[in-house]
Amino acid sequence: MAHGIRLLVWGEYACFTRPEMKVERVSYEVMTPSAARGILEAIYWKPAIRWVVIRIGVLNPIVFDSIRRNEVGETVSKDKVVQALKHKKPLELVANDVRVRQQRTSLVLRNVAYVIEARFELTERAGPDDSFGKHLDCFNRRARTGKCFHRPYLGCREFPAHFELLEGTMPVSKLWDHPSRDLGVMLYDIDFSDDMTPLFYHPRIEGGVIEVARYWKESRQ
Amino acid sequence: MGIIDNRYDFVFFFDVEFGNPNGDPDAGNMPRIDPETGFGLVTDVCLKRKVRNYVELRKGGQEGFNIYVREKAVLNDQHRMAYTACDLEPQSRKPPKCGDDSRRLTEWMCANFYDVRSFGAVMTTEVNCGQVRGPVQFTFARSVDAIVPQEVKIIRMAVTTSKEADVQHGENRTMGSKYVVPYALYRMEGFVSAALAAQTGFSEEDVALLWESLLNMFEHDRSAARGKMAARKLFIFRHDNKLGNAHAHVLFNTITVESVGGAEAVPARSYADYRLHIKKDLPGSVTLLEKL
Repeated sequence: MAHGIRLLVWGEYACFTRPEMKVERVSYEVMTPSAARGILEAIYWKPAIRWVVIRIGVLNPIVFDSIRRNEVGETVSKDKVVQALKHKKPLELVANDVRVRQQRTSLVLRNVAYVIEARFELTERAGPDDSFGKHLDCFNRRARTGKCFHRPYLGCREFPAHFELLEGTMPVSKLWDHPSRDLGVMLYDIDFSDDMTPLFYHPRIEGGVIEVARYWKESRQ
Repeated sequence: MGIIDNRYDFVFFFDVEFGNPNGDPDAGNMPRIDPETGFGLVTDVCLKRKVRNYVELRKGGQEGFNIYVREKAVLNDQHRMAYTACDLEPQSRKPPKCGDDSRRLTEWMCANFYDVRSFGAVMTTEVNCGQVRGPVQFTFARSVDAIVPQEVKIIRMAVTTSKEADVQHGENRTMGSKYVVPYALYRMEGFVSAALAAQTGFSEEDVALLWESLLNMFEHDRSAARGKMAARKLFIFRHDNKLGNAHAHVLFNTITVESVGGAEAVPARSYADYRLHIKKDLPGSVTLLEKL
């Protein structure tokens, strides 16, 4: 764990939405590397660094639950805002009108707990003062004392993540004796540098652990 | 007033007496229940709706306090919003490209709408993913004990159509039902991130209005379905800086609830059947504010 960190995260609910099922959200069975990165970034991130997820430990059994809510099916359009400003017209936004109200179900995960194992790389924006040690210290200090830039969450903001820096031994996964299983094709992350291209990988879960780095490499070949 | 400089984590208790705090559209509007534990649930969006309604009532469309996600909005009421926005007028024949102009539109939305500023909104006007993340984050509220909703059958001494009247030969009765939770105390946990507040301009005045909304929103949300709902306690953990001084879960764990009669007690039927315990020894730089 030269430049690596281990973070224990948990929460009552999680929804790592499958991109192919977004209208009525269906969560993946486990956290995606992209969601794990989001959690790390919520605690500590600078343009000089990039988080790379190595491994995700799945500590709790995978249990789903469905929640149906009234949602809004529209976003604020830029043109309407521009028109309102230009002509001093009223801004015609009715986000809770019956016409734009939709009832949507989410199939979410219950009682999740994960260990995120990650390291970071320095980016091209790193300056001469940016050293691994410095950023590692910053992250560890924040994670240890509960500081965060904003509250990290488990896929959706209504499902907050609690976190603790894991400095001792790894907690034992309740899935440790489960047979190795193919998780199917999962979202790895979104490439923001390349026009928001989604990247996928094809991981397995073995003894409650997903070796993200290994399966990521394999799926890139 | 200035943008907030402190991170806040908060625990909010409210209760319901013979009412349905939040119906489940998946279960014929029965009160929401966690199927694994039997605990009652109230979604984050349900409570946000009430905050929005309260702010609208309280601020009456006052500049800077409009509500974007409104119920049956009256469009003309939103006229005055445009006045603050003169600086964007000259340009804009075409929709602005990404960058500065988008940022200004987003800023304008934040400046005008309290709910955009606090909860965020999905807007195509913003550069990054078209979303504004607000500093205020609510979670699902959960009841302290398992709940047992009751279905209450009710009869109306009239019918809607003459066809129904004919069938009943003038008896004219319709049966309906409503669900009630006899009593439940709910606990909701939430967060206010100062770092995100800086991005939307969420101010000290805004955070004060948020607390006020939580404490008063049920007073203005009376209806046949809700029964008696009331805010009971709001515990606010104020950290002395933007990033915070302690883990939220550690702070949340300092507040526990106990049934007065212990485990063998009859099911709770009032707030007096519960006792809150507050562990006062917090990390030095976190202050506990207790409201109500």
